[in-house]
Amino acid sequence: MLTIKRVPTVVSNYQENGSSEDLKSKAHGCGRNCLGNCCLPASNLPLYVFKNAEHERVEGDIHGSCNGGCPQMSFLNNHLLGQWEDRMNRGLFRYDVTSCETKVIQGKYGFIAQLNEGRHLKKRPTEFRIDKVLQPFDENKFNFTKVGQEEVLFRFEPNKGKTSVYFPSSPVDLEKGSPSVIAINVSPIEYGHVLLIPRLPDRLPQRIDRDSLLLALHFAKEASDPFFRVAYNSLGAFATINHLHFQAYYLAVPFPIEKAPTCRTMSSKGPYETRVVVSKLLNYPVRGFVFEGGCKLHDLCDAVASSCISLQNNNIPFNLLISDRGKRIFLLPQCYAEKQARGEVNQELLDTQVNPAAWEISGHMVLKHRKDYDEASEQYALRLLAEVSLSEERFQEVKQLVREAANLQSDDEYNIMQQEARYDPVTTAQVASHLHQGCLVRH
Amino acid sequence: MEPQLGLIEKSFDLRYSDLVREALDELPDCFTITDPCICGHPIVFASKGFLKMVGYSKDEVIGRNGRIFQGPETDRRSVMEIREAIREERAMEISLLNYRKDGTPFWMLFQMCPVFSKEDGRVINFVGVQVPILRKLRLSGNGIVRSEMSLRDAGNGARETVFRCCRREVCSDSILELGRVSCLESVSSNDDREVDNNEPCEASELEKTKAGTAISNILSVLTHYSELTGRLVCRKRYCLSGNGQLGASLNICLGRIKQSFVLTDALSPDMPIVYASEGFLKLTGYARHEVLGRNCRFLSGTDTDPTTQFQIKECIRSQQACTVRILNYRKDRTSFWNFLHISPVRNASGKVAFFVGIQIDDRCKNQETNGLSPEMRQLSVVGAVKVAVRSLSMGASTS
Repeated sequence: MLTIKRVPTVVSNYQENGSSEDLKSKAHGCGRNCLGNCCLPASNLPLYVFKNAEHERVEGDIHGSCNGGCPQMSFLNNHLLGQWEDRMNRGLFRYDVTSCETKVIQGKYGFIAQLNEGRHLKKRPTEFRIDKVLQPFDENKFNFTKVGQEEVLFRFEPNKGKTSVYFPSSPVDLEKGSPSVIAINVSPIEYGHVLLIPRLPDRLPQRIDRDSLLLALHFAKEASDPFFRVAYNSLGAFATINHLHFQAYYLAVPFPIEKAPTCRTMSSKGPYETRVVVSKLLNYPVRGFVFEGGCKLHDLCDAVASSCISLQNNNIPFNLLISDRGKRIFLLPQCYAEKQARGEVNQELLDTQVNPAAWEISGHMVLKHRKDYDEASEQYALRLLAEVSLSEERFQEVKQLVREAANLQSDDEYNIMQQEARYDPVTTAQVASHLHQGCLVRH
Repeated sequence: MEPQLGLIEKSFDLRYSDLVREALDELPDCFTITDPCICGHPIVFASKGFLKMVGYSKDEVIGRNGRIFQGPETDRRSVMEIREAIREERAMEISLLNYRKDGTPFWMLFQMCPVFSKEDGRVINFVGVQVPILRKLRLSGNGIVRSEMSLRDAGNGARETVFRCCRREVCSDSILELGRVSCLESVSSNDDREVDNNEPCEASELEKTKAGTAISNILSVLTHYSELTGRLVCRKRYCLSGNGQLGASLNICLGRIKQSFVLTDALSPDMPIVYASEGFLKLTGYARHEVLGRNCRFLSGTDTDPTTQFQIKECIRSQQACTVRILNYRKDRTSFWNFLHISPVRNASGKVAFFVGIQIDDRCKNQETNGLSPEMRQLSVVGAVKVAVRSLSMGASTS
């Protein structure tokens, strides 16, 4: 069994009370207005129902939330930002994230660094088992049923109707289904940092399934903001809470991973217009896949979900970044935790105490110490991320898993051209030598 | 959309005089001119050539954002690159797949160039030139293809050259000169793959030159006509945009917020207004140039309660958020009760750089739209402004 020691991030104001001893004492009743069986059934929560776009054709921006005239902030954005700011005013966050210095690091990639001294507690680290991606739900550990209702912004669930609707207060009826909620992360990385918890009372462990991923994609799509990304960390890839959840926040600059060139490597079979295209990252310190395309939302969802399930079943930790309003999904298998557990990571890197999860791999790094922040360089980021990446050999194995799981065909690798690339003029002589003479016929 | 259109034509005419449209219409190229200071960064002028190329009428294009010409196969990374260039207020060039009104896609070379105010260095417009790419090169493997054009001979009449390779066909329907470099492609193993528009296209040197010339011509016209009105523009930024003026990117970002609000500069003496939304101008009846640079106190008048004013001052001094109800006056001196929320806004340094003030006319205060109460609406504006200011001040742009 491989474990690492880390101080888990506090995402809820009720997390620190989540130890077994405290739980026993609370067994007879709560009175905290939480999301557990004691309080949830009798409560009212705001509810946002979104238009289910699973079977809709994925449209370009023409038919987006605006009529092409003046793109407004989306309906969901208004609620998300408003509610988040409200919780700020109510003092529910452990610190004001906007008072944390942040900068884009000089260099080719544009890594983003933040100095956040308040995020990490000076506590004793806990042991996390990192060698099993699939672990059963443990009621005794902290999970989101313990979160206070004031930390919930609203429920987020599909609507059968044609529009998205918001109900400021809606009674929770567990008979009608298991509510999915958006909750604040009380130790935010950026403004608007929230957690999406699908079917919270079902107590799902941290693992991807098709329906939950679809919910996350809808979340990204509904926010309709290219700077609002949704991410997922598997167990073994720095998820600290084994209760199914995604994270999301706003940052209005491109992530380095989004800028990385890609090279098409696989695609789904079938007519061209419906194809899901899988590319691999080029010139990026971490090897990973980008899923795009598909005719309907569920095409993309199915491809990614099947791939994740395959990785889970093969015990390969991974992170997901849902980018570009749900249209681009990065699948990033990693091995840092394993290396750390085996003592194979450079101590200098370990001292910065950055755990490379989805956000870090995407290029957004939160540093705890002033010194590390001031000296933060592109070189540091590259060194850290190099430890995260699978080897080429291992990556190819993962590629085969993905190909089988998502029923893809391998495309000959061809470069999606970078517009800035310069090509040397080819002389006629070179032309002739390149092609077999007999092949050239001029008219 | 009528008032918006009127506003758009007016602002363009004010800068360049109403004669500029005729002059621009004489240019044969396909191009659009956009205004980043108007909400939505809309197109304010579209050339005849452009309208013909995309199959839309003028009224269908003016006031809309350029993204309406994008579609499902448009490469998302390219769109992001354009967005970044706008944010960084710099010129750029990219090949892009666009869509006509009838839904058919086509590749074009897109060259964009900012137009600066000579006086204060602000970006006034972006000029975008589109040159259709006639020849499609299929790209695969290592032997990347380029076709060189001899510019000297380009005008000497066409000679079409077709190379047929035993494994692939390469078609060229633009001008190639024999004897100079010709088409080379490397082979793809997928011979039977249909020709599709999704494969990326590289523009030729001729096309790039054409775009560059068009940009120069358009800028000449704009510069010349801006001299007539005295509000000069130029191609290069002559002075740093300072004096609390916001960059084009922050302007564009804030333009997405519909509510009435202002941004004041927390670091300048007397906290002048550096941004006023369309909603604010509509509510108060002032024009933008009448409010920028002034402190908000001009909204108060004879019957405004000095205690409330003091309360605001205190909150600002202690950098706290506050909500007050204050009697304010419009330009026509009619009064209204302003349900006002003020909040400090920090930039990437972590320090307070602005205050945002969001106004709600008390008569509208109890209107709830879609479950969003006016108070929540105000808070959502605070959130959106905080994200914009923090993100867009993170500095160092990368290559």
